[in-house]
Amino acid sequence: MDSAFIIEKSIFIVVIFAVTMVMAMYSTWAERKVAAYLQDRVGPNRAGWGGLLQPLADGMKLFAKEEFEPNTKNRFLFFVGPAVAMSTALMTSAVIPWGDRLEIFGRTVILQATDTDSAILYIFAVVSLGVYGIMIGGWASNNKFSLMGAVRAASQMVSYEIAMGLSIIALLMMTGTLSLKEISVQQHGMHWNVFYQPLSFLIFLICAFAETNRTPFDLAECESELIGGYHTEYSSMKMGFYLFAEYANMFISATIISVLFFGGYNYPGMSWAIENWGVNIGNVIGIFALFAKLCFFIFFFMWIRWTIPRFRYDQLMNLGWRILIPLSIVNIIITGICILAFK
Amino acid sequence: MSPILIIFYVLAAITLATAFLTIYSKNPIHSAIYLVLCFFSIAGHYLLFNAQFLAIVHVIVYSGAIMILFLFTIMLMNLNKEDEVHKPRITRLGAITTFILLSTALVLIFMYSKPFVGDYPTTGEDFQSIKKLGTVLLDDKEGFMVPFEFASILLLVAMIGAVLLSKKEKPTK
Repeated sequence: MDSAFIIEKSIFIVVIFAVTMVMAMYSTWAERKVAAYLQDRVGPNRAGWGGLLQPLADGMKLFAKEEFEPNTKNRFLFFVGPAVAMSTALMTSAVIPWGDRLEIFGRTVILQATDTDSAILYIFAVVSLGVYGIMIGGWASNNKFSLMGAVRAASQMVSYEIAMGLSIIALLMMTGTLSLKEISVQQHGMHWNVFYQPLSFLIFLICAFAETNRTPFDLAECESELIGGYHTEYSSMKMGFYLFAEYANMFISATIISVLFFGGYNYPGMSWAIENWGVNIGNVIGIFALFAKLCFFIFFFMWIRWTIPRFRYDQLMNLGWRILIPLSIVNIIITGICILAFK
Repeated sequence: MSPILIIFYVLAAITLATAFLTIYSKNPIHSAIYLVLCFFSIAGHYLLFNAQFLAIVHVIVYSGAIMILFLFTIMLMNLNKEDEVHKPRITRLGAITTFILLSTALVLIFMYSKPFVGDYPTTGEDFQSIKKLGTVLLDDKEGFMVPFEFASILLLVAMIGAVLLSKKEKPTK
């Protein structure tokens, strides 16, 4: 390994980290703006132009607030909870292809932190670890409501992971690879997977809502029953971390949806742009195309949040176990028959 | 020392320490969390062998699924010190003898087996890749396609069975 490679990857990882943080920060701003728009209000408009400095002000506020700790025997685990939630939210971005490649100073820079051929499995591994942050935090709070919130959130996430994994199998049968890079390359030229696997996309989208604990599946923080869910006892920046992890998760799942189903960095006329305008410009447009897609999905998450009310808990479990899992198994069978018939 | 060796020693230390702490900690939840850490470090060992697939599947299955169910049960049972059952002395003695016998057997197996230590020939093939694993598992002539399919159907049936078990019985009139 030459040092140029290590420097290149380090810079890339830092940039991804910064971008994820900024996106998560501005998602909080965007969420308020979208909510305000949908409810015919103005939204934050004091700090900066159009309230653009609001996330910074919020961060300052959270850091400056008094740190309150409950009377718990597990102070260490109480600290670990938000840390685990935040780190699992940030870990997934390592395998996402943000663009094709750039040519800088005669070097070909692949716009992906690591291209393993088990990228999708890696994502599922990290997603399944996300439960720990919530469970440990909720339990260490030494509060019944927190524990109930944590158990709810965890059982919801565990249930929807199954449907999520099964829905992705149909897609993998088609693509024949687990590498996100390969999946992106295969979708070149408007062969987006969503046109071939609409059912798989729908199931994956619903499961993504459940995995990120967003409305209509945010039963973990059902105020009327559970006060604040698993982060009832958290205050100051620790609570900020939990909320921030939710937005980082939302950003990452929007990215994964766009990479798996909406062509990733591909856009109409990509090969033409690369031919006529050069590799760099063509691929930079690709990065922006990916960001446009994922911003749409972040907006979609917010749109749903302020449109659809919360499910009841038994409805949520019914949907997960009795509708989504059978549907995704049927989808696998149909995909198998289609592959046999048309290939 | 090569960096790989240092990483190995660190990982091995973590594995052993967390394994011991799993047994020694009084609080069952702490035990479960130490066990999760232990599983993580074992996944790290797999990665040192360049077995990415095995490492990731290990994390998904053990840390991501089994241990979460464990934590779930322990948290809901809410075990306290008062509930702890004191085992009679004979059980403890039995446990100790079994452990000593088992460890003697393991040490003897380790001493008499001859592990292959040496250089492996390079074939130029990437044996840790998922493609290779897929052909080994699903090739219908040389592979294990039929057992694999049986195992997957068994798992599917187990899952459907779990869903059915949780179904409420309708009151019959």
